[in-house]
Amino acid sequence: MEHYLSLFIKAIFIENLALAFFLGMCTFLAVSKNVKTAFGLGLAVVVIQSITIPANNLIYHHLLKPGALTWLGVEDSDLRFLGLISYIGVIAAMVQILEMTLDRFFPPLYNALGIFLPLITVNCAILGGSLFMVERDYNFAESVVYGVGSGVGWAMAIVALAGIREKMKYSDVPDGLKGLGITFITVGLMALAFMAFGGIDL
Amino acid sequence: MSESKSREVLWSPVFRNNPIALQILGICSALAVTSKLETAVVMSLAVTFVIACSNATVSLIRSVIPSSIRIIVQMTIISSLVILVDQFLQAYFFEISKQLTVFVGLIITNCIVMGRAEAFAMKNGVGMSFLDGIGNGLGYSLILIVVGFFRELLGAGAIWGYTVFPLARDGGWYVPNGLMLLPPSAFFLIGLFIWVLRTWNPEQVEKD
Repeated sequence: MEHYLSLFIKAIFIENLALAFFLGMCTFLAVSKNVKTAFGLGLAVVVIQSITIPANNLIYHHLLKPGALTWLGVEDSDLRFLGLISYIGVIAAMVQILEMTLDRFFPPLYNALGIFLPLITVNCAILGGSLFMVERDYNFAESVVYGVGSGVGWAMAIVALAGIREKMKYSDVPDGLKGLGITFITVGLMALAFMAFGGIDL
Repeated sequence: MSESKSREVLWSPVFRNNPIALQILGICSALAVTSKLETAVVMSLAVTFVIACSNATVSLIRSVIPSSIRIIVQMTIISSLVILVDQFLQAYFFEISKQLTVFVGLIITNCIVMGRAEAFAMKNGVGMSFLDGIGNGLGYSLILIVVGFFRELLGAGAIWGYTVFPLARDGGWYVPNGLMLLPPSAFFLIGLFIWVLRTWNPEQVEKD
């Protein structure tokens, strides 16, 4: 149990996908102008992340890994080169399924997330999460914990950035830095602050 | 296709319409690989290759792709190209491919590739799309290489692994700035780069 808790905390703070690995930066910078939309997008990422990482974990362990096809009677198979294309396929399909399910059964949530759902397919945080899961060789339970944790970490980072950007309206930024430039610097400072979590070991 | 139009398509993304500094595309995976010049250059080449080829391929079959499934078709083309690059790097440059880890795979979700396929290649001919891909790849490479250059120089006192500033701990005079090797410095450098670019081209300044 302790192991999972430590993995969870690590995924949120120490190895935060947005601030330590720069993943999902495009949407991170583009959709962080106000807290409300940032929160909606964050929620969508948490949901997708907690579905796709375990799903890709199953695919990796039961289809792609060297020798994974023994249950089919194929002894020495190694389909890892198909990894990228299958993960992105799973992600695209999951996003589509989630969109339809929400539309059918939870219309208020669907309306709240709206345009952010399709955007998530090309969010590198999602694919990055799956690739890190494969690289670190997580088992199924670990991948569930990692999925939820990394999603929560990303969501938290974008909401925090949106909060700072809302306050930034009151500051006098030099002309050339307005907009994108100052956002980069803010994110840099946030990343620096997050590094303070680095020493934590549970 | 006139000479000047091609030149325009090729060079405008490098400075005037830079994908990273102006279009906010493709920042995602790239910055983590810029702590050394070598990885930055390899990553730039890989991305430029993928953008140019995916643009050309998408443009080649643009008239037969039904618009409802175009995203999936584009995704498939891009992921196949990225798999090619990934396998090539693993076969011939194993050390570098280990340093780049997951970031080669993340070229798939690099918004520049998708964005250019969608915005340019779906509307233009094969030759032009190829040039547009190269141009955007170069614009992306420019930022990556500038950031990689400064991070390695200031953080490790070296360029491409060769010592330029002798380090204090080896008896030289330069005390390396450890911050430059850490992720946040990439953000500061890009922020400053954008500042320089926009001071030079004042019409790019955002009004808010």
